[in-house]
Amino acid sequence: MDHLRPVPPEDPAHAGSSGEGAASPGPDPAALLHSAARGDEAAFAQFYDLTSSKAYGLALRVVRNPAHAQEVTQEAYLDVWRQSARYDSSRGSAMAWLMTIVHRKAVDRVRSVESSSVREVTWERESQPIDHDQTAETAHASLEGRRVRSAVAELTPIQREAVELAYFGGYTHTEVASMLDVPLGTAKTRIRDGLIRLRDALGVGS
Amino acid sequence: MNDIHLLSGAYALDALDDLERARFKDHLAQCPDCTEEVASLREAAAFLAEETLMTPPPGLRTAVLTRVSQVRPLPPLAVRRRPKHRFPLLLAAAVAIIAGVGAVAWSPWTNDAAPSDAERVLQASDAQRAVVDLGESGRATVVRSVAEDKAVIVTEEMVAPPEGMVFQVWFQTPEDDMVPAGVMEPVPDQTLVLDGSAADAVGAGITVEPEGGSPAPTSEPIALFDLT
Repeated sequence: MDHLRPVPPEDPAHAGSSGEGAASPGPDPAALLHSAARGDEAAFAQFYDLTSSKAYGLALRVVRNPAHAQEVTQEAYLDVWRQSARYDSSRGSAMAWLMTIVHRKAVDRVRSVESSSVREVTWERESQPIDHDQTAETAHASLEGRRVRSAVAELTPIQREAVELAYFGGYTHTEVASMLDVPLGTAKTRIRDGLIRLRDALGVGS
Repeated sequence: MNDIHLLSGAYALDALDDLERARFKDHLAQCPDCTEEVASLREAAAFLAEETLMTPPPGLRTAVLTRVSQVRPLPPLAVRRRPKHRFPLLLAAAVAIIAGVGAVAWSPWTNDAAPSDAERVLQASDAQRAVVDLGESGRATVVRSVAEDKAVIVTEEMVAPPEGMVFQVWFQTPEDDMVPAGVMEPVPDQTLVLDGSAADAVGAGITVEPEGGSPAPTSEPIALFDLT
Protein backbone atom coordinates (compact mmCIF):
# COMPACT_ATOMS: atom_id res chain seq x y z
CA MET A 1 0.00 0.00 0.00
CA ASP A 2 2.84 2.37 0.58
CA HIS A 3 3.17 2.98 -3.13
CA LEU A 4 -0.37 4.25 -3.23
CA ARG A 5 -1.15 7.67 -2.09
CA PRO A 6 -4.62 8.66 -1.03
CA VAL A 7 -6.66 10.05 -3.86
CA PRO A 8 -6.52 13.81 -3.64
CA PRO A 9 -9.86 15.49 -3.25
CA GLU A 10 -9.41 17.50 -6.43
CA ASP A 11 -7.89 17.14 -9.83
CA PRO A 12 -4.23 16.39 -9.15
CA ALA A 13 -3.13 18.61 -12.03
CA HIS A 14 -4.20 21.54 -9.87
CA ALA A 15 -3.59 20.36 -6.39
CA GLY A 16 -0.76 22.10 -4.65
CA SER A 17 -0.29 24.55 -7.45
CA SER A 18 1.13 27.80 -6.26
CA GLY A 19 -1.76 29.87 -7.43
CA GLU A 20 -1.42 30.07 -11.16
CA GLY A 21 -4.93 28.85 -11.75
CA ALA A 22 -3.93 27.81 -15.23
CA ALA A 23 -5.22 24.63 -16.70
CA SER A 24 -1.85 23.08 -17.43
CA PRO A 25 0.44 21.82 -14.73
CA GLY A 26 3.23 23.23 -16.96
CA PRO A 27 6.52 24.73 -15.88
CA ASP A 28 7.08 26.82 -12.85
CA PRO A 29 6.65 30.55 -13.56
CA ALA A 30 9.78 31.38 -11.60
CA ALA A 31 11.83 29.04 -13.79
CA LEU A 32 10.34 30.64 -16.89
CA LEU A 33 11.33 34.06 -15.61
CA HIS A 34 14.89 32.90 -15.08
CA SER A 35 15.02 31.77 -18.69
CA ALA A 36 13.45 35.04 -19.81
CA ALA A 37 16.22 36.90 -18.01
CA ARG A 38 18.64 35.30 -20.45
CA GLY A 39 16.59 36.56 -23.38
CA ASP A 40 14.48 33.44 -23.91
CA GLU A 41 11.39 34.86 -25.59
CA ALA A 42 9.71 31.47 -25.88
CA ALA A 43 9.95 31.01 -22.12
CA PHE A 44 8.47 34.45 -21.65
CA ALA A 45 5.61 33.56 -24.01
CA GLN A 46 4.94 30.54 -21.83
CA PHE A 47 5.03 32.72 -18.75
CA TYR A 48 2.51 34.99 -20.42
CA ASP A 49 0.23 32.11 -21.30
CA LEU A 50 0.38 30.79 -17.78
CA THR A 51 -0.39 34.09 -16.09
CA SER A 52 -2.15 36.45 -18.48
CA SER A 53 -5.76 35.67 -17.61
CA LYS A 54 -5.00 36.50 -14.02
CA ALA A 55 -3.04 39.65 -14.86
CA TYR A 56 -5.54 40.93 -17.41
CA GLY A 57 -8.49 39.97 -15.21
CA LEU A 58 -7.11 42.04 -12.35
CA ALA A 59 -6.25 45.01 -14.57
CA LEU A 60 -9.73 44.94 -16.06
CA ARG A 61 -11.39 44.66 -12.69
CA VAL A 62 -9.51 47.71 -11.40
CA VAL A 63 -9.50 50.02 -14.43
CA ARG A 64 -12.73 48.69 -15.97
CA ASN A 65 -12.04 49.98 -19.44
CA PRO A 66 -10.81 47.10 -21.64
CA ALA A 67 -8.48 49.31 -23.71
CA HIS A 68 -6.89 50.72 -20.57
CA ALA A 69 -6.68 47.27 -19.04
CA GLN A 70 -4.79 46.05 -22.08
CA GLU A 71 -2.35 48.93 -21.88
CA VAL A 72 -1.80 48.34 -18.19
CA THR A 73 -1.26 44.63 -18.75
CA GLN A 74 1.14 45.24 -21.61
CA GLU A 75 3.20 47.73 -19.61
CA ALA A 76 3.34 45.32 -16.71
CA TYR A 77 4.60 42.43 -18.84
CA LEU A 78 7.18 44.65 -20.47
CA ASP A 79 8.43 45.64 -17.01
CA VAL A 80 8.54 42.01 -15.98
CA TRP A 81 10.54 41.10 -19.07
CA ARG A 82 13.03 43.89 -18.54
CA GLN A 83 13.42 43.22 -14.87
CA SER A 84 13.27 39.43 -15.03
CA ALA A 85 16.92 39.12 -13.96
CA ARG A 86 16.08 41.08 -10.85
CA TYR A 87 13.27 38.84 -9.73
CA ASP A 88 14.42 37.13 -6.56
CA SER A 89 12.52 33.93 -5.85
CA SER A 90 13.65 33.94 -2.23
CA ARG A 91 11.55 37.07 -1.71
CA GLY A 92 8.28 35.76 -3.08
CA SER A 93 6.54 33.91 -5.86
CA ALA A 94 6.76 34.99 -9.49
CA MET A 95 2.99 35.26 -9.55
CA ALA A 96 2.89 37.66 -6.62
CA TRP A 97 5.67 39.69 -8.21
CA LEU A 98 3.76 40.00 -11.46
CA MET A 99 0.46 40.76 -9.76
CA THR A 100 2.08 43.45 -7.60
CA ILE A 101 3.34 45.18 -10.74
CA VAL A 102 0.01 44.86 -12.54
CA HIS A 103 -1.89 46.16 -9.53
CA ARG A 104 0.33 49.17 -9.04
CA LYS A 105 0.02 50.16 -12.67
CA ALA A 106 -3.73 49.67 -12.65
CA VAL A 107 -4.11 51.80 -9.54
CA ASP A 108 -1.90 54.51 -11.02
CA ARG A 109 -4.10 54.47 -14.06
CA VAL A 110 -7.41 54.87 -12.23
CA ARG A 111 -6.01 57.59 -10.00
CA SER A 112 -4.59 59.65 -12.84
CA VAL A 113 -7.60 59.20 -15.05
CA GLU A 114 -9.71 60.84 -12.38
CA SER A 115 -8.79 64.27 -13.63
CA SER A 116 -11.10 67.23 -13.45
CA SER A 117 -14.13 65.03 -13.17
CA VAL A 118 -13.29 63.28 -9.94
CA ARG A 119 -16.87 63.08 -8.91
CA GLU A 120 -18.16 61.83 -12.20
CA VAL A 121 -15.61 59.09 -12.41
CA THR A 122 -16.09 58.08 -8.81
CA TRP A 123 -19.77 57.97 -9.46
CA GLU A 124 -19.17 55.83 -12.49
CA ARG A 125 -16.88 53.51 -10.60
CA GLU A 126 -19.42 53.06 -7.89
CA SER A 127 -22.55 52.89 -9.91
CA GLN A 128 -21.49 50.51 -12.63
CA PRO A 129 -20.72 47.31 -10.90
CA ILE A 130 -19.02 45.08 -13.39
CA ASP A 131 -20.81 42.03 -14.57
CA HIS A 132 -19.49 39.52 -12.15
CA ASP A 133 -20.60 36.52 -14.14
CA GLN A 134 -18.72 37.72 -17.16
CA THR A 135 -15.51 38.80 -15.47
CA ALA A 136 -15.29 35.72 -13.39
CA GLU A 137 -16.14 33.56 -16.35
CA THR A 138 -13.40 31.10 -15.83
CA ALA A 139 -13.08 31.40 -12.08
CA HIS A 140 -15.66 28.75 -11.50
CA ALA A 141 -13.61 26.30 -13.40
CA SER A 142 -10.62 27.03 -11.23
CA LEU A 143 -9.95 25.01 -8.16
CA GLU A 144 -7.69 27.78 -6.96
CA GLY A 145 -10.73 30.02 -7.23
CA ARG A 146 -12.71 27.75 -4.96
CA ARG A 147 -9.88 27.66 -2.48
CA VAL A 148 -9.69 31.45 -2.50
CA ARG A 149 -13.42 31.84 -2.05
CA SER A 150 -13.41 29.65 0.99
CA ALA A 151 -10.47 31.59 2.42
CA VAL A 152 -12.22 34.90 1.72
CA ALA A 153 -15.29 33.54 3.47
CA GLU A 154 -13.29 33.48 6.69
CA LEU A 155 -12.95 37.26 6.72
CA THR A 156 -15.44 39.37 8.61
CA PRO A 157 -17.75 41.29 6.28
CA ILE A 158 -15.99 44.57 7.01
CA GLN A 159 -12.54 43.07 6.46
CA ARG A 160 -13.66 41.61 3.17
CA GLU A 161 -15.22 44.86 2.02
CA ALA A 162 -12.19 46.89 3.02
CA VAL A 163 -9.80 44.53 1.26
CA GLU A 164 -11.93 44.40 -1.89
CA LEU A 165 -12.43 48.17 -2.11
CA ALA A 166 -8.69 48.66 -1.81
CA TYR A 167 -7.61 45.82 -4.08
CA PHE A 168 -10.28 45.80 -6.75
CA GLY A 169 -11.54 49.36 -6.35
CA GLY A 170 -8.09 50.93 -6.20
CA TYR A 171 -9.17 53.18 -3.33
CA THR A 172 -6.86 54.44 -0.61
CA HIS A 173 -7.51 53.34 2.94
CA THR A 174 -8.78 56.84 3.77
CA GLU A 175 -11.27 56.63 0.93
CA VAL A 176 -12.22 53.14 2.05
CA ALA A 177 -12.84 54.45 5.57
CA SER A 178 -15.25 57.06 4.35
CA MET A 179 -16.98 54.67 1.95
CA LEU A 180 -17.50 52.16 4.73
CA ASP A 181 -18.37 54.90 7.18
CA VAL A 182 -15.80 53.79 9.72
CA PRO A 183 -13.44 56.14 11.59
CA LEU A 184 -10.32 57.27 9.76
CA GLY A 185 -7.50 54.97 10.62
CA THR A 186 -9.79 52.01 11.03
CA ALA A 187 -9.79 50.93 7.41
CA LYS A 188 -6.04 50.33 7.35
CA THR A 189 -6.34 47.94 10.29
CA ARG A 190 -9.29 46.16 8.69
CA ILE A 191 -7.29 45.78 5.49
CA ARG A 192 -4.27 44.46 7.34
CA ASP A 193 -6.25 42.11 9.58
CA GLY A 194 -8.20 40.87 6.56
CA LEU A 195 -5.06 40.17 4.54
CA ILE A 196 -3.40 38.42 7.46
CA ARG A 197 -6.44 36.20 7.91
CA LEU A 198 -6.54 35.52 4.19
CA ARG A 199 -2.83 34.71 4.14
CA ASP A 200 -3.18 32.31 7.05
CA ALA A 201 -6.26 30.65 5.59
CA LEU A 202 -4.40 30.12 2.32
CA GLY A 203 -1.25 29.08 4.11
CA VAL A 204 1.00 31.27 1.95
CA GLY A 205 3.93 33.53 2.36
CA SER A 206 4.82 32.86 5.96
CA MET B 1 3.15 48.46 18.26
CA ASN B 2 4.11 51.61 16.47
CA ASP B 3 1.26 52.86 14.36
CA ILE B 4 3.16 52.89 11.10
CA HIS B 5 3.37 49.08 11.07
CA LEU B 6 -0.38 49.02 10.65
CA LEU B 7 0.02 50.45 7.17
CA SER B 8 1.57 47.23 5.86
CA GLY B 9 -1.71 45.89 4.52
CA ALA B 10 -2.72 49.14 2.84
CA TYR B 11 0.79 49.40 1.39
CA ALA B 12 0.61 45.85 0.02
CA LEU B 13 -2.64 46.79 -1.72
CA ASP B 14 -1.38 50.16 -3.05
CA ALA B 15 -3.97 51.84 -0.82
CA LEU B 16 -1.74 54.62 0.48
CA ASP B 17 -1.56 58.13 -0.87
CA ASP B 18 1.77 59.37 -2.19
CA LEU B 19 2.97 60.88 1.05
CA GLU B 20 2.02 57.92 3.22
CA ARG B 21 3.63 55.65 0.71
CA ALA B 22 6.87 57.59 0.78
CA ARG B 23 6.88 57.50 4.57
CA PHE B 24 6.12 53.82 4.75
CA LYS B 25 8.90 53.06 2.31
CA ASP B 26 11.31 54.93 4.53
CA HIS B 27 10.07 52.79 7.36
CA LEU B 28 10.42 49.55 5.36
CA ALA B 29 14.08 50.28 4.74
CA GLN B 30 14.70 49.85 8.46
CA CYS B 31 12.04 47.34 9.48
CA PRO B 32 12.70 43.77 8.33
CA ASP B 33 9.48 42.60 10.05
CA CYS B 34 7.34 44.90 7.96
CA THR B 35 9.26 43.99 4.82
CA GLU B 36 8.55 40.35 5.41
CA GLU B 37 4.95 41.02 6.31
CA VAL B 38 4.37 43.07 3.16
CA ALA B 39 5.81 40.26 1.03
CA SER B 40 3.54 37.71 2.66
CA LEU B 41 0.47 39.93 2.31
CA ARG B 42 1.24 40.46 -1.36
CA GLU B 43 1.36 36.71 -1.81
CA ALA B 44 -2.09 36.51 -0.26
CA ALA B 45 -3.44 39.43 -2.29
CA ALA B 46 -2.29 37.85 -5.54
CA PHE B 47 -4.71 35.01 -4.82
CA LEU B 48 -7.65 37.41 -4.81
CA ALA B 49 -7.22 37.86 -8.54
CA GLU B 50 -8.08 34.20 -8.88
CA GLU B 51 -11.68 35.37 -8.73
CA THR B 52 -11.43 37.75 -11.64
CA LEU B 53 -9.76 35.59 -14.26
CA MET B 54 -10.34 36.93 -17.74
CA THR B 55 -8.74 35.73 -20.93
CA PRO B 56 -7.16 38.73 -22.63
CA PRO B 57 -7.82 39.34 -26.32
CA PRO B 58 -5.33 37.46 -28.54
CA GLY B 59 -4.01 40.75 -29.91
CA LEU B 60 -2.56 41.54 -26.49
CA ARG B 61 -0.32 38.48 -26.60
CA THR B 62 1.00 39.49 -29.99
CA ALA B 63 1.56 43.07 -28.83
CA VAL B 64 3.38 42.00 -25.67
CA LEU B 65 5.61 39.52 -27.45
CA THR B 66 6.40 42.01 -30.21
CA ARG B 67 7.44 44.66 -27.69
CA VAL B 68 9.47 42.11 -25.80
CA SER B 69 11.38 41.09 -28.89
CA GLN B 70 12.53 44.69 -29.26
CA VAL B 71 13.77 45.16 -25.71
CA ARG B 72 16.73 43.59 -23.99
CA PRO B 73 16.23 42.31 -20.44
CA LEU B 74 18.26 44.27 -17.92
CA PRO B 75 21.32 42.67 -16.39
CA PRO B 76 21.02 41.47 -12.79
CA LEU B 77 21.50 44.15 -10.18
CA ALA B 78 25.04 44.55 -9.00
CA VAL B 79 25.53 44.21 -5.29
CA ARG B 80 25.46 47.99 -4.96
CA ARG B 81 24.01 50.39 -7.40
CA ARG B 82 26.57 51.92 -9.68
CA PRO B 83 25.12 55.28 -10.60
CA LYS B 84 27.53 55.81 -13.45
CA HIS B 85 26.49 52.63 -15.13
CA ARG B 86 22.84 52.97 -14.43
CA PHE B 87 22.47 56.50 -15.57
CA PRO B 88 22.22 55.84 -19.32
CA LEU B 89 19.28 53.59 -18.55
CA LEU B 90 17.56 56.53 -17.01
CA LEU B 91 18.08 58.56 -20.14
CA ALA B 92 16.74 55.77 -22.25
CA ALA B 93 13.72 55.35 -20.05
CA ALA B 94 12.97 59.01 -19.68
CA VAL B 95 11.17 59.34 -22.94
CA ALA B 96 9.09 56.34 -22.13
CA ILE B 97 6.04 57.35 -20.23
CA ILE B 98 4.59 60.65 -19.32
CA ALA B 99 1.50 60.01 -17.34
CA GLY B 100 -1.54 62.21 -17.36
CA VAL B 101 -2.37 64.68 -14.69
CA GLY B 102 -5.12 64.05 -12.29
CA ALA B 103 -6.68 66.11 -9.61
CA VAL B 104 -6.88 63.93 -6.59
CA ALA B 105 -9.21 64.34 -3.72
CA TRP B 106 -6.83 64.22 -0.82
CA SER B 107 -8.24 63.34 2.50
CA PRO B 108 -7.65 65.46 5.53
CA TRP B 109 -4.36 64.71 7.13
CA THR B 110 -4.96 62.83 10.31
CA ASN B 111 -1.74 63.34 12.18
CA ASP B 112 -1.63 65.43 15.28
CA ALA B 113 1.21 67.72 14.25
CA ALA B 114 0.54 70.78 12.13
CA PRO B 115 0.88 69.83 8.49
CA SER B 116 4.18 70.63 6.83
CA ASP B 117 4.33 72.51 3.54
CA ALA B 118 4.59 69.20 1.72
CA GLU B 119 1.58 67.81 3.51
CA ARG B 120 -0.49 70.90 2.77
CA VAL B 121 0.21 70.52 -0.93
CA LEU B 122 -0.32 66.77 -0.94
CA GLN B 123 -3.62 67.07 0.85
CA ALA B 124 -4.89 70.18 -0.96
CA SER B 125 -8.35 69.69 -2.39
CA ASP B 126 -7.09 70.96 -5.74
CA ALA B 127 -3.94 68.81 -5.76
CA GLN B 128 -2.93 67.72 -9.24
CA ARG B 129 -0.46 64.94 -9.76
CA ALA B 130 1.69 63.92 -12.71
CA VAL B 131 3.61 60.68 -12.51
CA VAL B 132 6.65 59.79 -14.57
CA ASP B 133 7.50 56.12 -14.42
CA LEU B 134 11.17 55.65 -15.24
CA GLY B 135 10.92 51.90 -15.09
CA GLU B 136 13.93 50.43 -13.36
CA SER B 137 15.30 53.92 -12.77
CA GLY B 138 12.53 54.85 -10.38
CA ARG B 139 9.41 56.94 -10.28
CA ALA B 140 8.80 60.59 -9.73
CA THR B 141 5.53 62.32 -8.98
CA VAL B 142 4.94 66.05 -9.03
CA VAL B 143 1.95 67.23 -7.03
CA ARG B 144 0.86 70.83 -7.46
CA SER B 145 -1.77 72.87 -5.66
CA VAL B 146 -2.77 76.11 -7.33
CA ALA B 147 -4.48 77.25 -4.14
CA GLU B 148 -1.30 76.69 -2.11
CA ASP B 149 0.82 78.03 -5.01
CA LYS B 150 3.27 75.25 -4.26
CA ALA B 151 4.37 71.98 -5.76
CA VAL B 152 6.10 68.95 -4.32
CA ILE B 153 8.15 66.28 -6.00
CA VAL B 154 8.07 62.77 -4.55
CA THR B 155 10.54 60.19 -5.81
CA GLU B 156 10.70 56.47 -5.25
CA GLU B 157 13.70 54.28 -5.89
CA MET B 158 15.21 56.97 -8.06
CA VAL B 159 18.69 56.17 -9.35
CA ALA B 160 21.52 58.35 -8.17
CA PRO B 161 22.72 61.08 -10.53
CA PRO B 162 26.11 60.60 -12.23
CA GLU B 163 29.11 61.53 -10.13
CA GLY B 164 29.60 65.24 -9.66
CA MET B 165 26.09 65.91 -10.97
CA VAL B 166 22.68 66.56 -9.44
CA PHE B 167 19.08 66.29 -10.51
CA GLN B 168 17.59 69.75 -10.75
CA VAL B 169 13.88 70.46 -10.97
CA TRP B 170 12.38 73.22 -13.12
CA PHE B 171 9.01 74.80 -13.56
CA GLN B 172 7.92 75.43 -17.09
CA THR B 173 6.19 78.81 -17.45
CA PRO B 174 3.34 79.46 -19.88
CA GLU B 175 6.00 81.22 -22.01
CA ASP B 176 7.99 77.97 -22.06
CA ASP B 177 10.80 79.33 -19.89
CA MET B 178 12.37 76.93 -17.45
CA VAL B 179 12.59 78.40 -13.94
CA PRO B 180 14.79 76.73 -11.31
CA ALA B 181 12.66 75.00 -8.66
CA GLY B 182 15.24 73.19 -6.56
CA VAL B 183 17.98 70.62 -6.49
CA MET B 184 17.15 67.08 -5.40
CA GLU B 185 19.05 65.16 -2.75
CA PRO B 186 20.88 62.13 -4.19
CA VAL B 187 18.67 59.70 -2.29
CA PRO B 188 16.24 57.22 -3.84
CA ASP B 189 13.13 58.25 -1.90
CA GLN B 190 12.39 61.83 -1.06
CA THR B 191 9.67 64.42 -0.78
CA LEU B 192 10.85 67.88 -1.77
CA VAL B 193 8.84 71.09 -1.71
CA LEU B 194 9.77 72.94 -4.87
CA ASP B 195 11.01 76.52 -4.75
CA GLY B 196 8.98 79.37 -6.10
CA SER B 197 5.48 79.97 -7.27
CA ALA B 198 3.84 76.92 -8.78
CA ALA B 199 0.37 78.17 -9.62
CA ASP B 200 1.11 79.24 -13.19
CA ALA B 201 3.48 76.44 -14.15
CA VAL B 202 2.32 74.47 -17.17
CA GLY B 203 4.78 71.75 -16.42
CA ALA B 204 7.84 70.66 -14.51
CA GLY B 205 10.97 68.89 -15.59
CA ILE B 206 14.12 67.29 -14.24
CA THR B 207 17.55 67.79 -15.79
CA VAL B 208 21.02 66.66 -14.87
CA GLU B 209 23.20 69.59 -13.84
CA PRO B 210 26.64 70.10 -12.34
CA GLU B 211 26.70 70.03 -8.54
CA GLY B 212 25.01 73.05 -7.02
CA GLY B 213 22.60 73.39 -9.92
CA SER B 214 22.44 75.80 -12.83
CA PRO B 215 20.54 79.04 -13.42
CA ALA B 216 19.15 77.56 -16.64
CA PRO B 217 18.98 73.96 -17.88
CA THR B 218 22.17 72.83 -19.60
CA SER B 219 20.81 69.49 -20.78
CA GLU B 220 17.69 67.88 -22.10
CA PRO B 221 15.14 66.92 -19.45
CA ILE B 222 15.13 63.32 -18.28
CA ALA B 223 11.54 63.60 -17.15
CA LEU B 224 8.71 65.97 -17.95
CA PHE B 225 5.53 66.48 -15.95
CA ASP B 226 2.48 67.92 -17.61
CA LEU B 227 0.61 70.26 -15.29
CA THR B 228 -1.87 71.78 -17.73
